[in-house]
Amino acid sequence: MTAAVFFGCAFIAFGPALALYVFTIATEPLRIIFLIAGAFFWLVSLLISSLVWFMARVIIDNKDGPTQKYLLIFGAFVSVYIQEMFRFAYYKLLKKASEGLKSINPVSGLGFGIMSGVFSFVNTLSDSLGPGTVGIHGDSPQFFLYSAFMTLVIILLHVFWGIVFFDGCEKKKWGILLIVLLTHLLVSAQTFISSYYGINLASAFIILVLMGTWAFLAAGGSCRSLKLCLLCQDKNFLLYNQRSR
Amino acid sequence: MLFVPVTLCMIVVVATIKSVRFYTEKNGQLIYTPFTEDTPSVGQRLLNSVLNTLIMISVIVVMTIFLVVLYKYRCYKFIHGWLIMSSLMLLFLFTYIYLGEVLKTYNVAMDYPTLLLTVWNFGAVGMVCIHWKGPLVLQQAYLIMISALMALVFIKYLPEWSAWVILGAISVYDLVAVLCPKGPLRMLVETAQERNEPIFPALIYSSAMVWTVGMAKLDPSSQGALQLPYDPEMEEDSYDSFGEPSYPEVFEPPLTGYPGEELEEEEERGVKLGLGDFIFYSVLVGKAAATGSGDWNTTLACFVAILIGLCLTLLLLAVFKKALPALPISITFGLIFYFSTDNLVRPFMDTLASHQLYI
Repeated sequence: MTAAVFFGCAFIAFGPALALYVFTIATEPLRIIFLIAGAFFWLVSLLISSLVWFMARVIIDNKDGPTQKYLLIFGAFVSVYIQEMFRFAYYKLLKKASEGLKSINPVSGLGFGIMSGVFSFVNTLSDSLGPGTVGIHGDSPQFFLYSAFMTLVIILLHVFWGIVFFDGCEKKKWGILLIVLLTHLLVSAQTFISSYYGINLASAFIILVLMGTWAFLAAGGSCRSLKLCLLCQDKNFLLYNQRSR
Repeated sequence: MLFVPVTLCMIVVVATIKSVRFYTEKNGQLIYTPFTEDTPSVGQRLLNSVLNTLIMISVIVVMTIFLVVLYKYRCYKFIHGWLIMSSLMLLFLFTYIYLGEVLKTYNVAMDYPTLLLTVWNFGAVGMVCIHWKGPLVLQQAYLIMISALMALVFIKYLPEWSAWVILGAISVYDLVAVLCPKGPLRMLVETAQERNEPIFPALIYSSAMVWTVGMAKLDPSSQGALQLPYDPEMEEDSYDSFGEPSYPEVFEPPLTGYPGEELEEEEERGVKLGLGDFIFYSVLVGKAAATGSGDWNTTLACFVAILIGLCLTLLLLAVFKKALPALPISITFGLIFYFSTDNLVRPFMDTLASHQLYI
C-alpha cells in the first residue's frame, strides 16, 4: 500500500471536515473551544460505552462464537444511545455557555463527527502506509476506499445530526431527537447486517442526503436562498464578506 | 491562543517518537531515577517507581527552593548564568543529538562542516531570540522546540511506571506549590510582584507581545492581574548509564499560567504558560504514543483530554484572575484517558473495526 492510498483515503475521509473547520471554525477561538469540547464529550461517551461492553463481556464470560458477536452488537447499540445522550448534554452545556446558539451550529456536530471519524479510521490509515496486500485472503480489495467513504459519511452525518438535534431541542420537539437516534441506529446497524460494501455505502449516502436537506432547512435555508447563494446574488452574504475583510 | 503552541509541541514529540527509534529505546536511566524497573515481581516494580518518583520530586522541590532563595537575595547574575547554561545545552547539545538521530533514521548523510554550520546557526539565533530581542514568532518557535527536546529526553530516560507516577506527583506538587501560602512558587510570585520586575524570558511562553526595554511606562507587573510564577529549569544529561558526572543541572518543573495585562493600545490579552507545562503535556502524550501498543486512538484521546484541561484552566484563570497551576487538570484528564482508553476503549474499537462496524 502506497502513499497515494494513504493521502487519497485521508483526504476523502477528512477533506470536507477540514474544509468546514478552516472556513467556519478556525477564525474564532471560541468555536475552537466548542469543537474540542464536542470532541471531548464524544470521547467520554465512547469511554462509558466501552466500559459497559467490557463489563458485559466480563459478566458473560469470555467465550468465543456468536455470543461475542451479539455482545458487540449490543455494545454498538448502547454506544449509539450514549452518544446521543451526550449530544444532549453538550447541547445543555452550549446553551448555558452562549446565547447565540444558532450561529455555532456546524460546530456542534463537527466535534462529534471528527472524533468519531478519527477514532474509526486513523488506525486503518496508519496501516495503509505499511507493507501488505489488500484482500489477499478473499476480502474486498476496496477496503480502504470503502472505509474512507464510510468515515466521510459518518462525519457529515454527525454534523447534520448535530444541527437537526439542536434545532429540535430549541423548538422542544422531542420527536426530532428520537428520529436522530433512530437514523443513527439505522446507519450503525446496516454496517453489520449487510456485508456488501456497495449497499452499505449507497444507503448511508441516501440517509446522508436526506439528513443534509433536513439540516439545511432547519438552519433556515430554502430553495430561494440556495439559488441566490449559488448565483452570488445574496446581498447579505456578500456584504458580510466585505465587512469581515 | 495557547492551543496552537501546545498542539505543535505535542505534534513534534509524537512525530519524533513514532518515526525515530532512538527515543523509544531503553538506554539507561537518569541518576534521578536510580531504581530499575527490571524486577521480577510487580510489587517490587511498583515500589521502585514510587521511590524514583520521590527522589525526582524532592530534587525538583530542592531546586525550586534554591531558585526562590536566589531570587529573594537578588543573585540575578547566578540565575541568569544558570538559565543561559541550560538553554545553551538544550539548543546545542540536544539539538545535535536529535539531528543526528533523525538523519540516521532517514539514512541521510551529512558532513561535519554542514552540521557545524547548521547547529551553530540554529543555536546562536535561538540564544539571541530567547534571552535578548527577536521576533515574537521566532521566540515562540524556539521555546516550543526546546520544550519538545526536553520532553523527548524525559520520554527516553524515564522508565515506564516511574514516568506515570512522576506525572501524577508533579501535578500534585504544582497544585501545592502555586496555591499554598508558603508554596515556593507563590512566594516567587509575590516577591516578583513586590519588586515590579519582569519575568525571565527563558522560562515562560507568552502568546502576545513581550515588553522590551523601550516601553518603560508599560509596567506589566503593576497591574494586579499579573502574577509571575516560574520555577528554575532543570536538565538532566546522564547521557550514558555509567554514572559519569552529569552536566550541571538547571531545573524546569511545572510553571503556571497567568493572564497578561490589558492596556489601551493592545487589543489582545496575552496569556503566558510556563515551559514546564509544555514539557509535561508533551511527555504524557509522547509516552502514550510510545507505549500505547502502536495505537493512535490512545494518543488522540490523551491529546483531546489535555486540551480540554487547558481550556478549563484558562476558564478558571479568567474567573479567578491570579496565577494558577496549569498541570493538575490537564494531567489528571490525560492520565485518566490514557489508562481507560488503553484498557477499555482499544479492545472495543479493535473488535468493532475487525467486524467493520461503525458506531
